[in-house]
Amino acid sequence: MASELEGYINHTVTVFTCEGRIIVGTMKGFDQTINLILEDSHERVYSTTGVEQVTLGLYIVRGDNVALVGEVDEEVDKKIDFTEIHVEPMGAVVH
Amino acid sequence: MLFYSFFKSLVGKDVVVELKNDLSIHGTLHSVDQFLNIKLTDISVTDPDRYPHMLSVKNCFIRGSVVRYIQLPADECDTQLLQDTARKEASQNKKK
Repeated sequence: MASELEGYINHTVTVFTCEGRIIVGTMKGFDQTINLILEDSHERVYSTTGVEQVTLGLYIVRGDNVALVGEVDEEVDKKIDFTEIHVEPMGAVVH
Repeated sequence: MLFYSFFKSLVGKDVVVELKNDLSIHGTLHSVDQFLNIKLTDISVTDPDRYPHMLSVKNCFIRGSVVRYIQLPADECDTQLLQDTARKEASQNKKK
């Protein structure tokens, strides 16, 4: 099951974790608990002082900790001016 | 399995999904699975000024466990039928 994610394989995805972190990378694999394998990933750290990008590399995100997986439109993504974005970090998931 | 079937009948409809981190996403229900994981297409965040994190995302997959509410189109849902079916399923489970 969870074949819903099949279409995102080898696409750039943005992953929101339950603690409010945002990781962007190429999705190389997943399983039924939504464990994810991300290649060439980086974290986008949003804050009121701007957006910082931190390189992470090859990452496995445990399914428990995944809130949302978004398919990134790279053309649109390249055009985003991150210097203009000043927001509070995304909140953590409260169960 | 009742709600899985129910959500499957809503595929193609516009819904608003509120997550447990207070993010609300509006989109078209593309698919749902047995864990009530949800795939939305053509999404927009209801408060883009507070959440510009998804500007380049048009389609997304939401883990069922982080969903707080799903707002449904009222005219597409037969609540009476849903209630009756829920009760029927509950009484069947009791008999087992």
